[in-house]
Amino acid sequence: MLETALAAGIYVPHLCHHPDLKPAGVCRLCLVQVEGRGLAPACRTPVESGMVVRTAGGDVDKARRIAVELLIADHQGDCLRCAKNGQCELQRIAAYVGIDEQRLARLRPPSRRLPVDSSNPFFERDPNKCVLCGICVRTCQSLQGAGAIDFAFRGYDTQVSTFGGGPIAQSRCESCGECVVRCPVGALAVKNARQPSREVRTVCPYCGVGCGMYLGVQGDRIVGVRGDPESPVNRGRLCVKGRFGHGFVHHPQRLTAPLVRKNGRLVPATWDEALDAVARGFAPHRGHRFAAIASAKCTNEENYVIQKFARAVMGTNHVDHCARLCHAPSVTGLVQSLGSGAMTNSIDEIRFAACIFAIGTNTTSAHPVIGAEIRRAAQAGAKLIVANPKEIELARAADIFLQHRPGSDVALLMGMMRVIVDERLADEAFIAARCENFGPFCDSLQRFDLDTVEEITGVPREKIAQAARCYATNRPAMLFYAMGITQHTHGTDNVLATSNLALLTGNVGRPSSGVNPLRGQNNVQGACDMGALPNVLPGYQRVDAPEVRAKFESAWGCTLPEIPGLTLTEIIDAAGQGEIRALYLVGENPVLSEANARHVEEALGRGAFLVVQDIFLSETARLADVVLPAASFAEKDGTFTNTERRVQRVRKAIDPPGESKPDWWITCRIAQRLGGKGFEYPGPSEILDEIARLVPSYGGISFGRLEVGGLPWPCPSEGHPGTPILHTQRFATKDGKARFVPLEYRPPAEACDERFPLVLTTDRSLIHYHTGTMTRRVAGLSALEGEELVRMNPVDAQALGIADGDMVEVSSRRGTMRVRARLTDACPPGVVSATFHFAESRTNELTNAALDPVAKIPETKVCAVRVQRAG
Amino acid sequence: MHPRLRPILDSFQGKPEELIPILQRVQGAFGYLPAEVLADVSRFARVPESSVYGVATFYDQFRFTPIGRRHILVCRGTSCHVRGAADVLRAIEDHLGIKEGQTTPDLAYSLETAPCLGACARSPCMMVNRKVEAGVTPASVRALLRKANGHGAEPR
Repeated sequence: MLETALAAGIYVPHLCHHPDLKPAGVCRLCLVQVEGRGLAPACRTPVESGMVVRTAGGDVDKARRIAVELLIADHQGDCLRCAKNGQCELQRIAAYVGIDEQRLARLRPPSRRLPVDSSNPFFERDPNKCVLCGICVRTCQSLQGAGAIDFAFRGYDTQVSTFGGGPIAQSRCESCGECVVRCPVGALAVKNARQPSREVRTVCPYCGVGCGMYLGVQGDRIVGVRGDPESPVNRGRLCVKGRFGHGFVHHPQRLTAPLVRKNGRLVPATWDEALDAVARGFAPHRGHRFAAIASAKCTNEENYVIQKFARAVMGTNHVDHCARLCHAPSVTGLVQSLGSGAMTNSIDEIRFAACIFAIGTNTTSAHPVIGAEIRRAAQAGAKLIVANPKEIELARAADIFLQHRPGSDVALLMGMMRVIVDERLADEAFIAARCENFGPFCDSLQRFDLDTVEEITGVPREKIAQAARCYATNRPAMLFYAMGITQHTHGTDNVLATSNLALLTGNVGRPSSGVNPLRGQNNVQGACDMGALPNVLPGYQRVDAPEVRAKFESAWGCTLPEIPGLTLTEIIDAAGQGEIRALYLVGENPVLSEANARHVEEALGRGAFLVVQDIFLSETARLADVVLPAASFAEKDGTFTNTERRVQRVRKAIDPPGESKPDWWITCRIAQRLGGKGFEYPGPSEILDEIARLVPSYGGISFGRLEVGGLPWPCPSEGHPGTPILHTQRFATKDGKARFVPLEYRPPAEACDERFPLVLTTDRSLIHYHTGTMTRRVAGLSALEGEELVRMNPVDAQALGIADGDMVEVSSRRGTMRVRARLTDACPPGVVSATFHFAESRTNELTNAALDPVAKIPETKVCAVRVQRAG
Repeated sequence: MHPRLRPILDSFQGKPEELIPILQRVQGAFGYLPAEVLADVSRFARVPESSVYGVATFYDQFRFTPIGRRHILVCRGTSCHVRGAADVLRAIEDHLGIKEGQTTPDLAYSLETAPCLGACARSPCMMVNRKVEAGVTPASVRALLRKANGHGAEPR
């Protein structure tokens, strides 16, 4: 009734109602008079035909006035100094109802002042202003699924509290700020909030979820961010990084002028000097001695231009980007089995899945908004299976949690499939109609009896069988995975195991099903789509196919090299061996992100002419001959393609600082100096038009169409609505059928021994992003998490004499790092974990660069280490 | 996980609606609700830690600090109140140096009040480790506590 009234323009005061949440009916302000029934809370009363309702007058006003008076009497704080002044619901209601000072004076209770909690760097909790509407509690429990706060105590003492009443920063709070934006009064308020004078609709620059958001701008500064409620990706929600992590844009360390190395030092230069230096450095190395590394943080248009420059101007296919380090096996694996290496389904379908299987993804940390959506689906009744070597946050919400040994994924998944086949739970009709190679695949299952699988994975056989039955019988089932599947020497096999499982149960090509690799970077999907890969031109069109080359040669007016180029890891090796003499590196920081990172630093220091284009002087940029200052996401136009293949518009909100320029502009100027034709674009819109002409799946995508909202590819023509679900009719393979792939279990490349008895697995923190270039320059994020911690089981720690917080040395066969230890049961005995967000603790100097033979991804998820107390 | 918690949880299935019985058993075994044990209870019962805290603070029967070896419960019912329970409580507080709801640092005594102990005919009264002491006066408190020291009963 409340929503009906509000929609009809009839104001009914209310505090505890929020459209995203179930009605609670606790504030008693929306009371209305229903004829024949008396007073009823409008928020919890369904509208019925023939009902006569009075929203004001008589008893309604009286009841409402008493409720408001009691709230105001207990509401402390000075409206003029309150962050919510002017946006406060209680102010609005008081004005509507009308307040009598004398009646209030009679109610004023003995003064009680509760301490304000300022522990979170981004927002403040003032219980003295709280009206106990419970919106924050319900948001945290049911929308975010974190459950950091609840009502505690009783009667007049009731307050919203963390566990034990401690500061919010030390609770399970994920700092998403969803409660803060919903708080109707000043009890939860963003610190140092400033009202924007205008808002610009764009896409978050962090992870692959691609949340829609508005940047609030005052003059030339971003003063706030709010989620875009219209975005089908996040429906208004954001995580801590998206909402509060924009401070890096205005960081004083932003590069504001080109830098050229003179006498061994990087010194500021003009664009003309810098571009001349780049052209001079690149010109002698055309062909296979040049390589370009594109960026999954840059726009589609920029990646397109970078690979076009490498291929058409420099004459080489040596172009790759960081997808090599994250989802190369998804592409090699899923192209083999399904014909396309992207998420088959969309984020919006999660809420309708009957079962969700999350393997090798710490979703609530690495893809927080999808993580929250999965938790929400699980609360609403979807079965949730989580498989992870660590007891991650999502495991708490799981119906079945499989804690398998690092690197034993193939065995675990094949064991589940063996159960499904043995118990005849497979979707035989689907297999017969839409798949091939089922026989040989079934034969390969024979080796995966549950005894063997239990021995390899360490997971009790009953649990494996239980998970198999759960996944096979609750349809549709959506499977998610991320780096835990791909970053292995058998990453491609892992990916194939996930697609085998989905095919076996008919969970592909249907709503709320599918194989869904969660892409890491905001535009890693797009960078792949744009052909920033050594073996394919834009749109995954193979460089070794003559008809493909002919098409691009005629469009670009050049001759294209036909031999596939080197991958990122191979490019770095080749630079170290002197085979690559010039390297153009855009928006990447391989000195921290690559496995066996010290080797990378040495290789890049070997004398190849190195040009780095970035927004900060990253660890890698410090090694460069020329550094080119780039614009951040907030300072340029373009498109990002998120993990669900949705192409979304990025919009310029402010001017780039100093002399910095958008990446597409810089690359085009370099190309022109080297004689490149076809780089005279007026702007990104025209680049996208060229992409649409050459990439069939982007054929119908243009800036004009994206004004309304994103479009998931394939979108082949102007009027096409986009394709949220892949493979509904036929698979993207040659014959239209999906392919089962027989698999064998192969152990990780590096085994533990007496000297290195523990397994180190790398993971991600919710607070920081990748090598920390952006997030560590946001003061509040650094305050929440300021240093690397190696996490280990208390049993292992005790055996080594290590206490929580001790400084320890973690060593592998390749390197050593000093970090503090954090003891946690989340790591099983024998396994330690660390992120790689911190330049002073370089986890990737320890990791193993052993490669997957097909995808060439390094095995950053498993390496043997030893931990000892630092002397 | 605390070794004394495992056998308690083994008799439950791990459902949210089991939370209160689990908390009662935990308090029975530990004498109070230790924070680190509650974290495991939260995980087991699939109830957020904050909600476990919410439930535990709602009901008077749960406590978060260790109980003294001698647990004193002073009645504040109407009958006891009329016959001087407030003076009795103040006398005990003065004698032990703690306030209502606290435990002495040596864990010898803890002091709480109850709305009514149901012994109105013998007011004012109090309970020491479940044994009712009737007709208490501020003057008799000291002797009663000395006697409580002697009978060596285990805390509840």
